[in-house]
Amino acid sequence: MIPAPFDYVAPSSVEEALAALQQHGDDAKILAGGQSLLPVLRMRLNAPELIIDLGRIDSLRGVRDDGDAIVIGAMTPHSVVGADPLVAEHALLVAKAVAHLADAQVRHRGTFGGALAHADPAGDLGGPARALDAQFVIAGPAGTRTVPADDFFVDLFETAISEDEILTEVRIPKHTGWGAHHEKMVRVAHQWPICAVAATARVEGGTIADIAIGLANMGSTPLRARGVEEALRGQPATEDAVRAACGRAAEGANPPSDLNGSAEYRNHVVTVMCRRAVLGAVQGAGA
Amino acid sequence: MTRINLTVDGMKVSDDVEPRMLLVQYLREKLGKTGTVVGCDTSNCGACTVHLDGESVKSCNVLAVQADGHDVTTIEGLAKDGRLHPVQEAFRECHGLQCGFCTPGMIMQSIDLLNHNPQPSEQEIRVGLEGNLCRCTGYHNIVRAVQYASGQLVAAAGEAGGVAEEVTPA
Repeated sequence: MIPAPFDYVAPSSVEEALAALQQHGDDAKILAGGQSLLPVLRMRLNAPELIIDLGRIDSLRGVRDDGDAIVIGAMTPHSVVGADPLVAEHALLVAKAVAHLADAQVRHRGTFGGALAHADPAGDLGGPARALDAQFVIAGPAGTRTVPADDFFVDLFETAISEDEILTEVRIPKHTGWGAHHEKMVRVAHQWPICAVAATARVEGGTIADIAIGLANMGSTPLRARGVEEALRGQPATEDAVRAACGRAAEGANPPSDLNGSAEYRNHVVTVMCRRAVLGAVQGAGA
Repeated sequence: MTRINLTVDGMKVSDDVEPRMLLVQYLREKLGKTGTVVGCDTSNCGACTVHLDGESVKSCNVLAVQADGHDVTTIEGLAKDGRLHPVQEAFRECHGLQCGFCTPGMIMQSIDLLNHNPQPSEQEIRVGLEGNLCRCTGYHNIVRAVQYASGQLVAAAGEAGGVAEEVTPA
């Protein structure tokens, strides 16, 4: 099937894109990499009158160092993010998650900002974004604002981005020297996970000095496993300590039940995956 | 209609297209490049894989207008002067196909994989071809074809059909 007809503009600046968005309101849809949007259009689940393609705005691409944070342009393809040395050094969890994201073809086209703005609760980047306390830079008619990850994800496929706004970049506070591990459970290759756990940790002298854990597909938005984090901070990085703490991984979660697994199953399996993710992260951090 | 100018298999082309036209439709219906096939409706199968500026993409998941100004290579642009591309040759040598429908996409993705990782392990090949489905379940020989193309397998001498054998490390 092919999409319903639409008009198309490919502005060369964020200002032009915002103007087009303001003029057409909710009849318009932003096209980033298109790896989620185009299937939706082809299946006729959505039929916008206007597509605003951000693909010609060069300023939205690339990864840069900005002091205590790295900044990832919203239109940076996953394959570029995954291979970027700044990401590997300061936000290893992102690199680990990107390696598991869809397949090579999708990683070449799909974009970091597009995937986050799409806000699929089973998406691969929401958990890492929450774990790393990412800051979302959003441009609108009144200027630019920054939204923390805890407030960015509002509900199923819904974010803090308003209809007249565009996500331009994502700032990730540097987590230099932190170990990281992404644990993803899929039924078949390159599918959405039944659930996924993204963990990153800093270890000092065999003790977990700090840890952050994000969960995917355990609710209508990506979640933080705060109970596990609290239980592990300051604890020895041993398998027993991790196993005990990860029993709390599903605290506050409200996972879906579907053909891939019941909510009850997910609430159990997330504790197992959390243990694997945390052990991987602390081992990576030198424990 | 939107004007697009791009290069396809080394040939400059220019057309007015509807913005909703998919790149794969453009290749097949406007340019007659039916070597690139459509195997699914969900962008899962990878049969339509082509290279856009040298990197593999699913051409059912790219609009033709997004390819404006870019360079596209399809399965039909691989052979040079009547000689198959080494990866095409490897698929033939190792019989990396049954019905052949997934083959164009498998070959295009295999080339992309080898461009990024010239000596992939078997596991890396299987992961690297994750976005390509073979419904005949012929993955085994497809993996062998990629190993062969990477120089990690040699054909056994004298056997008709060229049965590939693993290279024994010296």
